[in-house]
Amino acid sequence: MTAVIDEARPQRVSFFNDPKVRSRVAQIVFVLLLAWIGYEIYHNTSVNLAKLNKNVNFGFLWGTAGFDIIQTPLTYSRASLYIDAIIIGLLNTLIIAGLGIILATILGFIIGIMRLSSNWVIAKIATGYVELIRNIPLLLQMFFWYAAVLKPLPGPRQGINFFDLAFLSNRGLVIPKPIWSSGAGFVGLALVAGCIGAFAVARWARLRQERTGEQFPSLWAGLAAIIGLPLIAFLLAGAPVTFEYPELKGFNFVGGTTVLPELIALLLALSIYTASFIAEIVRAGIMAVSHGQTEAAHALGLRARPTLRLVVIPQALRVIIPPLTSQYLNLTKNSSLAVAIGYPDLVAMGGVVMNQSGRAVEIVIIWMFVYLSISLLTSGFMNWYNARVRLVER
Amino acid sequence: MKSTLLSLALGVGLSVAAVSAASAGTLDDVKAKGFIQCGSNTSLIGFGFPDEQNNWTGLDVDFCRALAAAIFNDPTKVKFTPLSAKERFTALQSGEVDVLSRNTTWTMSRDTSLGLKFAGVMYYDGQGFLVKKSLGVNSALKLNGASVCTQTGTTTELNLADYFKANNMTYQVVAFEKEEEVLKAYQDGRCDVYTTDQSGIYAQRLKLANPDDHVVLPEIISKEPLGPLVRQGDDAWFNVVKWTYYALINAEELGITSKNIEEMKNSANPEVARFVGKEGDFGTGIGLTNEWAAQIVKHVGNYGEIFDRNLGEGTQLKIARGKNALWNKGGLQYAPPIR
Repeated sequence: MTAVIDEARPQRVSFFNDPKVRSRVAQIVFVLLLAWIGYEIYHNTSVNLAKLNKNVNFGFLWGTAGFDIIQTPLTYSRASLYIDAIIIGLLNTLIIAGLGIILATILGFIIGIMRLSSNWVIAKIATGYVELIRNIPLLLQMFFWYAAVLKPLPGPRQGINFFDLAFLSNRGLVIPKPIWSSGAGFVGLALVAGCIGAFAVARWARLRQERTGEQFPSLWAGLAAIIGLPLIAFLLAGAPVTFEYPELKGFNFVGGTTVLPELIALLLALSIYTASFIAEIVRAGIMAVSHGQTEAAHALGLRARPTLRLVVIPQALRVIIPPLTSQYLNLTKNSSLAVAIGYPDLVAMGGVVMNQSGRAVEIVIIWMFVYLSISLLTSGFMNWYNARVRLVER
Repeated sequence: MKSTLLSLALGVGLSVAAVSAASAGTLDDVKAKGFIQCGSNTSLIGFGFPDEQNNWTGLDVDFCRALAAAIFNDPTKVKFTPLSAKERFTALQSGEVDVLSRNTTWTMSRDTSLGLKFAGVMYYDGQGFLVKKSLGVNSALKLNGASVCTQTGTTTELNLADYFKANNMTYQVVAFEKEEEVLKAYQDGRCDVYTTDQSGIYAQRLKLANPDDHVVLPEIISKEPLGPLVRQGDDAWFNVVKWTYYALINAEELGITSKNIEEMKNSANPEVARFVGKEGDFGTGIGLTNEWAAQIVKHVGNYGEIFDRNLGEGTQLKIARGKNALWNKGGLQYAPPIR
């Protein structure tokens, strides 16, 4: 078809008006400009650093940190290195991002389904939640939750006592700390075995159902394997765990594990905020599945729950997963606001190291690299999951 | 396509602007643009604090005004950039501010490897602790196990770790980026102790709901010489900043004040004559006019006047001169002579 038109058209197009030439030239110019800007950034940075007698060198990371950190998933003291402080910050970011993603997903799915409820009150509550939360800046919500967590709680001496096991005060929630003794390794091994077993059972059940149509309660069997095996191992190994109980000594509780008020406030703020977006995504995903699908499932004799589980949700997930990925990435990146309420995340720790060592360029490079890596890993995983739930075209 | 071209043009423009930022000496830059960009505290009473009309007051702020008086004969030719402890050095290194006058402690690493240079000590300070009276604590050595609120990116944070380590005590540090957040957390009971430089403690205590319910512990756990600083490698600008500080001290020592400066210009004392520019070419030697020191005193006053105005008995802070008295009055403030 196009060939015919080309032949019919007289060859009058000048070189400069040829769309092919134009697009090539534009692309070349664009790439050259991009390269030039990149070079300028590099050159400008190095010239200005040279003027200050400085260079870009990551060797400083092996200097002594000299400061303490409030939440340390690994062993850390003031004598540790800058790199340790940054790794602790990274772990704290991963902790808050992981917990936040789980909580936001659960909350978001609940609210999203509530919005579709035929019950007027429930639907309106969910609508109100979404409209209120997603229209207030996250930083304000963080300050709100921090104040809401801190203000009403009593000081440690008047802390709320849960059977002498756990205490809640404005210093956080202190819970007993498990101390594993020898034999605990078997429990861990049993847990791994349980997970593998559950996976195998699910796979076997799926294949059998495809072959024979017979169903098998693989969910319950899997749960039994994951929980039961470690439990049996735990009992057989003679309960290889003791607990270190918190007790009030002087100013604060000593012993046990503390869940910081900063962590609680940050987790509430991040998950409640992100849940309002996830709720809308879930609602949109479910509404995107044509009502005819539900009717067809009912016509085939499926009841409401299997209809939702086998027909609606698998199709809705295809719509939900891609925007959900963005929300997970947003939550992770938003966790960098943590510094405002004193939670020691990657940005906060990087900031301290930057200030104590004066290595601004290096720290900014580390920040960008780490957040980029976390985001790429998250979106890589979600893309893999999306490919799995995608419509299988035959 | 249009938008691509537009953003491209924008990008090119930006990078050109970035390149031109690297230029001649700071003194020439300052003279050319007609004002000094001064990095100040966000809000610390007595050092750098904006009042209701957004007029800045304080010791550190007045130092920048003195600098403006020396260069422009006009103390208002200053623009202030409020900086948090974390932002301050990057702001100075990147050229966002010309001078950082923000109660910053002079340490070896900052003076050398950060690419910065301290011009003098405007205030000799030391780190202290503030606790609630109701805790019944009377010594910092009894703070074992306490939660301590402080600001991140400060020497305070490091001294704190050293002090508790040296005295074999444990503690929990709660560190915030902004001074106001630190104080708020302390007030909300998140911490038992609030720590910063002692001058800062006196200033911040006034912002608490009931200042009298809080008590400053007697221990001073560190040396905190606070002063203005500039970028390394720009000696001309460094000299101007350094000698502005010395002029403030020398003026007090010679008894030259903002009130008697006009009479002093006719003084027979050769030291005073050199100071006010009647004798010698000291001002032109640092790229200013010979009237430079007289301008400082005329517009801003001498060191003692600045101290009394912002921190002294007449203010709500009521801080005694102490170590900040002149060297011949039992203090540490000392300046080389102008000759």
